Amino acid sequence: MAHDHESAQAGIRTVLVELAVAAIIFALGALVAYDSYRLGSGWASDGPQSGYFPFYIGLFICICSTVVLAQGLLRRNTDQQVFVTVSQVKQVLVILLPSTVYVLGVQLIGIYVSSALFIALFMRIAGKYSWIRSVAVGAGVSVSAFVMFEIWFKIPLPKGPLERLLGY
Amino acid sequence: MEELNALFHGFSIAMTPFNLTLMFVGIILGVIIGVLPGLGGANGIAILLPLTFTMSPTSAIIMLSCIYWGALFGGAITSILFNIPGEPWSVATTFDGYPMAQQGRAGEAMTGAFTSSFVGALVAVLMFTFIAPLVASFALQFGPPEFFSVYLLTFCSFVGTGKGNPFKIVAAMMLGFAMAAVGIDIITGQLRLTFGFTELLSGFHFLVAVIGLFGIGEILLSMEEGLSFSGHTAKINPKIVLETWKKLPRYWATSIRSCIIGCWMGIIPGGATPASFMSYGVARRMSRNGDKFGTGQLEGVVAPETAAHAAGTSALLPMLTLGIPGSPTAAVLLGGLMIWGLQPGPLLFVEQKDFVWGLIASMYLGNIAGLIVVLTCVPLFAAILRVPFSIIAPVIVVICAIGAFTVKNNMLDVWMMIVFGVVGYVFKKLDYPLAPMVLALVLGDAAESSFRQSMLISQGDLTVFFSNWLVGSLTGLALLALFWPLISALLARLRSPGAGGAT
Repeated sequence: MAHDHESAQAGIRTVLVELAVAAIIFALGALVAYDSYRLGSGWASDGPQSGYFPFYIGLFICICSTVVLAQGLLRRNTDQQVFVTVSQVKQVLVILLPSTVYVLGVQLIGIYVSSALFIALFMRIAGKYSWIRSVAVGAGVSVSAFVMFEIWFKIPLPKGPLERLLGY
Repeated sequence: MEELNALFHGFSIAMTPFNLTLMFVGIILGVIIGVLPGLGGANGIAILLPLTFTMSPTSAIIMLSCIYWGALFGGAITSILFNIPGEPWSVATTFDGYPMAQQGRAGEAMTGAFTSSFVGALVAVLMFTFIAPLVASFALQFGPPEFFSVYLLTFCSFVGTGKGNPFKIVAAMMLGFAMAAVGIDIITGQLRLTFGFTELLSGFHFLVAVIGLFGIGEILLSMEEGLSFSGHTAKINPKIVLETWKKLPRYWATSIRSCIIGCWMGIIPGGATPASFMSYGVARRMSRNGDKFGTGQLEGVVAPETAAHAAGTSALLPMLTLGIPGSPTAAVLLGGLMIWGLQPGPLLFVEQKDFVWGLIASMYLGNIAGLIVVLTCVPLFAAILRVPFSIIAPVIVVICAIGAFTVKNNMLDVWMMIVFGVVGYVFKKLDYPLAPMVLALVLGDAAESSFRQSMLISQGDLTVFFSNWLVGSLTGLALLALFWPLISALLARLRSPGAGGAT
């Protein structure tokens, strides 16, 4: 693993990601084949068993990922293409991490409050907007979503303490 | 002429004020979806699908298909003004559209793009009107082996028409099938691939996968590029429109070729994206100004846009007649049909005449409405693109989260959406295609049950897929498509020594 620091541009090499993803896909394929085999991948008295079709699906996944893995191994030392640079990873995490926290927020305090907080904080911190504009956009999106889903289309979304306080 | 009667009946259904309003709403929403990064035809419709559950199926499909037309139109705006294809099928439009905008001819480029989109769609709808009923009545005779061989052809076509590594295409597709198998086996009632997690009982819903893979995945990809966009301004006034319309008839040959490529690529599951590239390539080779392509030729905008729109429209043909969608967006519409309680397939043309012909009539009207909306509102839509990404990104994540939750009112789906988003991001960067994966997830159960029924008929004998000329030729075509990368490589190798000697 020492040589991947040698590449001129700092980042993760595509080949390494390729190998890792192919290995994960192989594991998934093996899991599918194993579980189908457990259920029975042959014939019962009334026809094909439950695992009949997915067993071969799992097998195909394993075969294809093995080939992709082998192709990756063959050009392991020659291919210096960079999958993502460090600064790109940072950019991606700037949205991915807050989004994950946001989903946790949806689960805990409901979708409307967390959406308003998420949008306002993201605009303030990542976009360097003034507090007033950030809060206005966040609250605006949340309130319009509330009107549209809870009142207009009557589709209930996850709610928390604040909505309960308001009587919803 | 039976079709014409049915079509006029369809117009009477589609022309109600309510449906016409929905049409315009759909087009406007669609263009916005097409313009915004991270929202596209497939996941845009997936998110809006729950809002249509209270409508009648005909009104719902009219609105959703208009969103689809709108998204097709919208992709061109971002390509021309910002050099950012809003949709994958408008990548080829950037080649000549953006240079035209740089020369200050954005209005001309957009008028050309919209008009040729309209022409492509119109030709495809005309073809649709007369061919779809024939295909449907033909497909009424299909048994399980025939249906399975059509499914096989659908999936093998991805390998045959795909540009990437065939093993990655098959791997992505098979992962889709595996995800479709998760949950209760509808035939034996056994639990499959749930590993004791009760949350997995109902399996993975493809709408959640679509929202995550295309929505969140696209946002992550866009974030890599940083937070700022810059683009050209557009002015469209009646004078520019009329002047461009005067020029367009010159490119009639390109138009016809692009329509044919588009209709063909839409019916076989290649979809709009390869159709637009192929059409651009063919136009460059056949045109007198071919060597000037890429420097801002109107013809280079006409070709991909005509083909993309023709393909996007004709992708609905196999979806309606056979229940087999030709593109991810058509797959989402198919999912909608099932949720509204309609069984897609040949019987639809017999049992749901109002629905089918209302939809076909709305394709004519929707594209006219679309052309009017985009020609008059371009500055408005371009202004949306000027909203900074640091506002757009979190808002789109919120919209996607709402969409994922409303699919089954299930919090786990919102988490799955984030996971699918990361998968979509990594797969896109590694060239694992997402479209076959989504189609496999949608069609997995149907493909499996037709396979198992065929096996029951033949008692496990695979030769049932060659048992008559129809099923045999379908299976044969499928195998040809599957091994096409291998065959074309062999042909190239056979040819190359001779060609090398000649030059």
